[in-house]
Amino acid sequence: MRNNFKILIVDDEIQIRRLLRISFESINYEVCEASNASEGVLECANRKPDLLILDLGLPDDSGINVLKKVREFTNIPILILSVRNSEKDIIEALDNGADDYVTKPFNTGELLARARVALRHVHSINNEPLLKNGNITVDVSTRIVKQGKEECKLTSTEYSLLLLFIKNAGKVLTHQFILKEIWGMYYSDETQYLRVYIAQLRKIFEKDPKSPKIFTTEQGIGYRMVLIEE
Amino acid sequence: MDDYSRPNPDELLESIKKQEEIGKKGKLKLYLGMCAGVGKTFSMLQDASREVGHGIDAVIGYVETHSRHDTEFLLFHLEQIPRKQINYKGISIEEMDLDAIIARNPKLVVVDELAHTNAPGSRHTKRYLDVIEILNNGIDVYTAINVQHIESRTDFVSNITGIIIKETVPDTILDMAYEIELVDLSPDDLLQRLNEGKVYTKDKSEKAIKNFFRKGNLTALREMSLRITAERVDRQLRDYMVENRINGPWKSGQRVLIAISASPSSSQLIRWARKVSYTLEASLVALNVETSKILNVEDKKNLYSNIELAKELGAEFISSADEDIVKAIIRTARKENVTDIIVGKSKRKGFSRFFSKDIVKSLIEESGNIDIYVVSEDSEDNRKANYKFPVPQSGIYKYLFSSLCIIVAAGLLYPVANYIGYQSVALILLFVISLLPLYFGPGPVLLASFLSPLIWDFFFVPPHFTLAISITEDALLFVLFYIIAIVSSILTTRIRSKEILLRKREENATALYKLANDLSTSVNLDAVIDAFTKNIKKIFSADAFVMLTDDNGKLQNSPLSISDKDFGVAQWVFMNKKIAGKFTDTLPEADMTFIPVQGPRGIYGVVGIKMNSKSSSYEEENFLNVFVNQFASAVERETLSNAANRSMLFQESEKLYKNLFDSISHELKTPISAIIGSTTLMLDKNTVLSEENKIKLINEIHTGAERLNKLIENLLDMARLESGRLAPNFSWYDLHDLFNISIQKLEGEIGDRKIMKDIPENMPSVCIDIGLMEQVINNILLNSIKYTPVDSVINLTADWDKEFIYIFIKDFGDGISEEHINFIFDKFYRADKTKTGGSGLGLSIAKGFVEAHEGSISVKNIDKGGVMFEIKIPNKNLNKPYEK
Repeated sequence: MRNNFKILIVDDEIQIRRLLRISFESINYEVCEASNASEGVLECANRKPDLLILDLGLPDDSGINVLKKVREFTNIPILILSVRNSEKDIIEALDNGADDYVTKPFNTGELLARARVALRHVHSINNEPLLKNGNITVDVSTRIVKQGKEECKLTSTEYSLLLLFIKNAGKVLTHQFILKEIWGMYYSDETQYLRVYIAQLRKIFEKDPKSPKIFTTEQGIGYRMVLIEE
Repeated sequence: MDDYSRPNPDELLESIKKQEEIGKKGKLKLYLGMCAGVGKTFSMLQDASREVGHGIDAVIGYVETHSRHDTEFLLFHLEQIPRKQINYKGISIEEMDLDAIIARNPKLVVVDELAHTNAPGSRHTKRYLDVIEILNNGIDVYTAINVQHIESRTDFVSNITGIIIKETVPDTILDMAYEIELVDLSPDDLLQRLNEGKVYTKDKSEKAIKNFFRKGNLTALREMSLRITAERVDRQLRDYMVENRINGPWKSGQRVLIAISASPSSSQLIRWARKVSYTLEASLVALNVETSKILNVEDKKNLYSNIELAKELGAEFISSADEDIVKAIIRTARKENVTDIIVGKSKRKGFSRFFSKDIVKSLIEESGNIDIYVVSEDSEDNRKANYKFPVPQSGIYKYLFSSLCIIVAAGLLYPVANYIGYQSVALILLFVISLLPLYFGPGPVLLASFLSPLIWDFFFVPPHFTLAISITEDALLFVLFYIIAIVSSILTTRIRSKEILLRKREENATALYKLANDLSTSVNLDAVIDAFTKNIKKIFSADAFVMLTDDNGKLQNSPLSISDKDFGVAQWVFMNKKIAGKFTDTLPEADMTFIPVQGPRGIYGVVGIKMNSKSSSYEEENFLNVFVNQFASAVERETLSNAANRSMLFQESEKLYKNLFDSISHELKTPISAIIGSTTLMLDKNTVLSEENKIKLINEIHTGAERLNKLIENLLDMARLESGRLAPNFSWYDLHDLFNISIQKLEGEIGDRKIMKDIPENMPSVCIDIGLMEQVINNILLNSIKYTPVDSVINLTADWDKEFIYIFIKDFGDGISEEHINFIFDKFYRADKTKTGGSGLGLSIAKGFVEAHEGSISVKNIDKGGVMFEIKIPNKNLNKPYEK
């Protein structure tokens, strides 16, 4: 994996931009900046960054619109960095194509970690039939799921759900997104289905299903399969 | 499935509706007896005690035991609601306490003597109305009634017993009853009980046996009560058949129309019609045809009570105006899909029969497929007793005046009679008579037409000054004159009264149109109320008091403040959604009539109308209701638009709140983010930072903290201003000092901008709170810095005159656009949202602080570009130490 990623920071506050520049440059990433929405879209198109860090409260347009525009032409991971912390705002951003969401004020160490996860995730997706997160492996060709060396028995819905999580490991998946992907668009409000199946996945894979470490809950937003360090 | 056995959905719905209605309201059980003493009260109380035994919460509302021992004994087991004392003209009368019963809210209440008339001052005139209100409150009622008190039977009872019954209960009560229990006793047994003194005291009993309690009477009354019960049972059976889809011989869709008039015998007809419609299971329509015939007071009263009776008996009332009664009846019958018409047998005799067509005959001729029932009316003597000579409607002076017209005309014609001939005089006099109906009523016109031939004969026809006529031609002329004068006066009077009727109609229509117009052009609720009261005043010459609900749905007293007693009535009307007050059966002691203001979506209030007399016709009363209905819909319109406005305002303020919240949280969280972001990075063990970066981060922390500090200061200043406790600490200062301090504080923000100070040589010292004023200048300078290029110039100058000290802050940026310039001193207002930072508080605080100095602040764009702020504070140098 390469190390010299290019990061685009779109934030109207010069102070935040300065701080982020120091932070990312200290881990040898290349940083470029934009201070408003139109500039942000333009820079994203011109500079082709590997990761976009986007503020939602921009002076000339909402960050959500930037998100939509950027998603029209690129698949790069987008990390939202905003003071807005309501579930509604977070879900809206994630549903519009954001990969992760960090609220201000933020822990810089955590922000850097999230950025790394997002970047690694993108660069690990390939067409290999074997998907991996930590010691959990899914062989797409044979539909065999293993934790370590032990084979796990999954129902077909559990399998689809695990596959979705492992493909998006490290990312927050909103309830709606998961429901639509697995059950179809007519079930997008049936969050209780999801709760049941998540509980089953936890029973299979977690050491202690009551305090989950792999399939974590993002309160009011959705679930995340944490990237497991090997 | 057999199609015919399927019940008609309408019928089913009807029976379901009936059941639902019964579910909501209390159930009424009626104990029906043929007369007093059969044991109604006793069996009623027995049943009530049994219910109590079953754990039902039953109480006594009102029971009269007539000191009968066995009945009194039963009372011991039951809770009694204390009676209410009503003072009427110094006499204390005991009545059932309706409010106490409703407040007690038992499951079941026993109320004796349903036909009782309440003492004046009670809420309702009749006890059965009390019972209806109790039922509406969801309380079951056991009540007792004798058959002679049932409205439709009173005539028969009077015929049989010769006693006129005044206390009556409408037949609809029978329909309302969930159950009717017949309390029966054979006449012999009853007479024995009477003889034993079980019903009345011994001497009273003897009298009673001689008068009312004759065996023949009792048998007839018994037959009547049995029949009522049988009819009822029959009806129940039919209902049962409908509910249970049993096919039966019921006939539906029948509709009976009855024509009623001012005749007192109409009431009998109405009762008969009610009986017929009940057995036919047909709905009843009562029709009154208003003709141009002017009714006297007595007739009006009769008509009114007939209409009331018809309504009480459950008929739907329709009023129609036409000169031709038959046409009106047929027209209404067709419109209302009537199947049967009931009319009274015409009793006109002798002469009058030749003049007008018999109504019954014409009806039969024109009725087509509608059945006609002809019923004999009251006996002739009854009719005669009620016949009154028509009371003259015009004043006596009108009679004099109409006669005078003829006399004057004759006087004027007298000198010229010789030239024009006395025959022409007759024609001219006829002409005058034909003009009279334009100004006079029928009486004076008739008098004049009676007088004029006589005058003509006396003064003009030879031999003069005698009534004798010498020539046969003249005699013929005299007779013709008479006939023509009287016939033409009658005809013109009739045309005239028709015209008056038409005009009244048109006036009504115009009044309604005007009201509708006034209401629709009213812009707010107050204007609507105003338009309504003005129109009421104009049309009904009555005062209207409008009481509407407040925001909590409670009725508010009229701003014209009506008495507590009347307001109580208004509240009753509001709760029960029924008309009450003066001229009604409910709470008639009130000073005015109260009408609920009801629209399709609910009740909005009550209107009190202060009228001097009861509406003279049903039409007029109806007209008033139409007025109030119009008003109600206007009130509804206003209420709805108010609600819409309020919800829009609410949405606006929600939006504003969200904007404000976003802006404040952005302002607060950005510096905190910088601080936390920097510190967490410095503390992160995985990150290696160069010394240079560490210093940069510490600078970020410092900047963030400064910014937070500034924001918090602003917020605190704003809070101080808002609280109104800002007390400036005035002292004398040199303006140079003020300017210097202000600029010093901004060193970090100025960048490459130059601030040019200019203070006149002889500037007097100023009396200010240095802390506040420094903030003012600081905030304005910060604003200018934010909106101007990094290398621009800002002018900070001062000036003075006798009254004021002026401070000017001028920048050379792009200026403020006209749409924003009026608002920039508003709290949280940010002209250019694309510029970052700023809470929208700085200028608003500056304005507040300047005003605390009793000064003012203004802003304008200057010609060369840029803006100039002007601060103006009073010059407090009383002795004016410097000359300008």
